[in-house]
Amino acid sequence: MKIALIGNPNSGKSSLFNQLTGLRQKVGNFPGVTVDKKSGQFKLSDNSVCTLIDFPGTYSIHPKSEDERVVLEVFTNPESIDYPDLAIIVADASNLKRSLLLFEQVSDLNIPTVVALNQLDTAQSKHITLNSSKLSRLLGVPVVEINARERIGIDGLKLAVAEQLRHKKTHQNLSFFSEESEVLADNIRKEFSMSNRYVALLQAIHSDKLTFLSLEKKQQLKEKMNGFNSQKFQSDEVISRYTDISETLKEVVIEEVAPPQTFSQKLDDILLHRTWGYLIFTAVLLLMFQAVFTLAEYPMDFIDSSFASMIELLKERLPESQLTNLLTDGLLAGIGGVVIFIPQIAFLFAFISILEESGYMARVVVLMDKLIRGFGLSGRSVVPLISGIGCAIPAIMAARTIGGWKERLITIMVTPLMSCAARLPIYTILIALVVPNKPVLGFFTTQGFALMGLYLIGFVFALLSSWVMSLLMKSSHRSIFVMELPTYQMPRWRSVLFTIYEKVLAFVWEAGKIIIAISIVLWVMASYGPGDSLQKAEDQIIAENVDLPEDKLENKIAAARLQNSYAGMFGKVIEPAIAPLGYDWKIGIALIASFAAREVFVGTISTIYSIGAEAGDKTIKARLRNERKPNGEPVFTVATSMSLLVFYVFAMMCMSTLAVVYRETKSWKWPLIQFVYMTALAYVSAWGVFQALS
Amino acid sequence: MIAEKIGLVRLSNVKWGQSARVESFNDEELSLKLLEMGCLPGVIVTIDQIAPLGCPVCIRFNNNNQLALRKSEADTITVTLL
Repeated sequence: MKIALIGNPNSGKSSLFNQLTGLRQKVGNFPGVTVDKKSGQFKLSDNSVCTLIDFPGTYSIHPKSEDERVVLEVFTNPESIDYPDLAIIVADASNLKRSLLLFEQVSDLNIPTVVALNQLDTAQSKHITLNSSKLSRLLGVPVVEINARERIGIDGLKLAVAEQLRHKKTHQNLSFFSEESEVLADNIRKEFSMSNRYVALLQAIHSDKLTFLSLEKKQQLKEKMNGFNSQKFQSDEVISRYTDISETLKEVVIEEVAPPQTFSQKLDDILLHRTWGYLIFTAVLLLMFQAVFTLAEYPMDFIDSSFASMIELLKERLPESQLTNLLTDGLLAGIGGVVIFIPQIAFLFAFISILEESGYMARVVVLMDKLIRGFGLSGRSVVPLISGIGCAIPAIMAARTIGGWKERLITIMVTPLMSCAARLPIYTILIALVVPNKPVLGFFTTQGFALMGLYLIGFVFALLSSWVMSLLMKSSHRSIFVMELPTYQMPRWRSVLFTIYEKVLAFVWEAGKIIIAISIVLWVMASYGPGDSLQKAEDQIIAENVDLPEDKLENKIAAARLQNSYAGMFGKVIEPAIAPLGYDWKIGIALIASFAAREVFVGTISTIYSIGAEAGDKTIKARLRNERKPNGEPVFTVATSMSLLVFYVFAMMCMSTLAVVYRETKSWKWPLIQFVYMTALAYVSAWGVFQALS
Repeated sequence: MIAEKIGLVRLSNVKWGQSARVESFNDEELSLKLLEMGCLPGVIVTIDQIAPLGCPVCIRFNNNNQLALRKSEADTITVTLL
C-alpha cells in the first residue's frame, strides 16, 4: 500500500512524517523530476506495512514552482509508481480554510483521503475552536485530531487510515465546473479513456508541465484546449471551492475575535524594524560564526589530540613497516582530517535549521528582497544563499521555490560562492595560523571576525556576479514574490537534532569516502617514485650529511624522498603556475588532490606534512606552523595563507555541486560556465592578494 | 480619478496599519496565487508590516494569514478603504 502525505507548507507535515516512520526513511527521486522524495515504512494497526511518501508542501494542485509540480505529476497519473492508494492531508487547524482547498482538490481526483488535523494548540491560542467530528461528518471522510510534535493521536490516525483503506469513503465537489468546462473535460476524458473529469482537465491545462504525457498526446490536448481560458477556470475553481469550504466551516469553527496583537506580530515589529531588523540579522549571523569558532573549539581540540595520540600509539605498538605507515600517515591522518570538523558542521547546520524552524528565515527574505533585487536576485534567493553556508547541494535544490527562471538560474550560479561547510576546515586552520586570537567586545574574537569576513567576501562576490549575469541574460519570464509568513514558533528540537544527524552523517560518509580514497592514493604516490629515484635521493642526502644526528637526518631523507616521489613530481609540474600565488609544490599537491572535492585539502596537507615532520609536531596546526622553505622562512606566511584563503573562497572545487547544477539546469552549459568563472575569479584574486601582501 | 472618489484604491497605496476590502485583481497569473492563499475578493486585509526599504509589504487577513508581497504586486490589487 502506498500512502501519500500532503499538506500546505508549515502545516507540520515533516513532523508527522518523522513520527510515523521514525528513522526508517530513505531519500530518493521522483521519476522524471529532480525533487527529492522522502519515503519510509510504517505499520498500520492491523500490522500491515505501508509505504509513506512525503510530498513537497503546496497550497494547490495547480503548480507554481518546480517543487509543486511533483504533486500534479504523481496525482494525475494513476500509472505512476508513486501513485497513492490513499492521501493523508495534513491540515493546519489554525488555517483550516486553506488546508481544505488542497483537500477538496485531491479528493476530486478520486483518491481516498484522511484529514490529519494538526496544530490545534496554535488554533487555540488564536481563539479558534472547532468540532472535528462534525467536520468529519460534513466532509464525509475521517478527520483525526493529532499533535505531530507531541506524538498525540498517531494511533488514531493509523486506525482511520486502515479503516479508510477497507471501506473507501470519498468526498466530491465538482460544482465548480461550468457548462463549457464540463463539456470540454468530458470530451477529453472519453477520448483518452480516463476515469475522472477533473484529472482530464488538469492534464489538459498543465500538459506542458507533465513529463509522463507523450509529445503526441500533449499536441492533441493542446488542440482541445484551443480557445479555453484556463486561467479563468482555475480562478473560478478556487473561488467556488472557498465558497463551499466557508459554508462547511461556518458549522464547525467558532472563531472569537482575536486579541489586537499577537506575540508573533509584536516580534515582527522588532525583527522587521527599519534599523533593528538589520542590526539583529547581522548580530544573528555574527553569533553563528562566533559559535562555530569558539564553542566547536573544545571538541575539536579533543579530537585532534586524540587522533595524534592514537597515531603515535599505533606507531609504537605496530612493527615498523610500509603497511604501518599507510595505516598511520595515510589512512588515520586522512580520517582525522574529516572527523575533526564534525563539531563545526554540526553547529552550522544547527543554526541554519533553527533559523528555518523558527520562521525567522521568511523574515530575512522580506528584509533582503529589495536590497538584493537590484543585483538580479529575488528575496527568495536568500534561503539558498544562507543554506549555501551549509552545503551548496541542498541549497541549489532549494532554489526550486523561486518561480522566475532567470532569478532561479542566477541563484544557482552564484550559490557556490557562499562558503560551505567543506571550506570551513581550510578557513579554520589557516586563520588560526595567521590571525592572532584577541578578544573583541567580550564574547567575540578577532578570529571570529576574520571568519565572518571570509563569508562576507563570498557573499559580496555572489551579489556582484549575479549583477553581471543579470545584465548579460535576457528573460521574459516574470517572477512572483508572494510568500506566506509563518507564525513564529519554538524550533522543534527533535527535528533540529535530526537535521544535524543527517547532515553530519552525510558529510562524514560522502566526504569521508573521497578523503580516505584520496589519502591512500596520495600516500602511495608520495611514498613511491619512478625507478630507484627515491633510493638515489636518500643515498645522496646520507652522503652529503654524514655528521648530522640521526633524527635530523631522517627528516631530511623523508623530505628528499617526498620531493622525488610521483606526488612530488606532480607538484613540481604545476609549481610555475601557482608560484605567482605564493604556493610551493607541496601546496600544489594539495590543490590537485582537492580539485574534485575541496574538503580533501586539509586531509592532504596533513598527510603530506606528516611525511618527514618533526617528532614533536603532532597536530596539523603545529606541522603547518613549523613548515620551512629551503631557505628557512616559514611556508605559511601571512601572504601565502591569505592568498590560499581567498583562493578557496572562490574556487569551484566540488564535482558534486557541478553535477547538481547540471541536474537542475538540464544542460552542461551552466556548470561549465560556473566552473570557468569561479576558477578565474579564484586565480586572479589569490594572485592579487599575494602580490599586495608580500 | 473616478475610482478614488468611490473609495477604490490600489493596495500599494494603503498605509501602514490601515485596513481595506479586496475588490478585484488586475493580474490573472498573480491573482490565482493570491486566491489559493485565501486572499479572496471581499476579504478584509490589513497592512501589517512594511519592510524597512518600503517593499515588500506584509498583509494580514482572516485574522491569522500573513503574506508578504512586493509593492508592484500590491499594485495589481484593487481595494476599498475601510
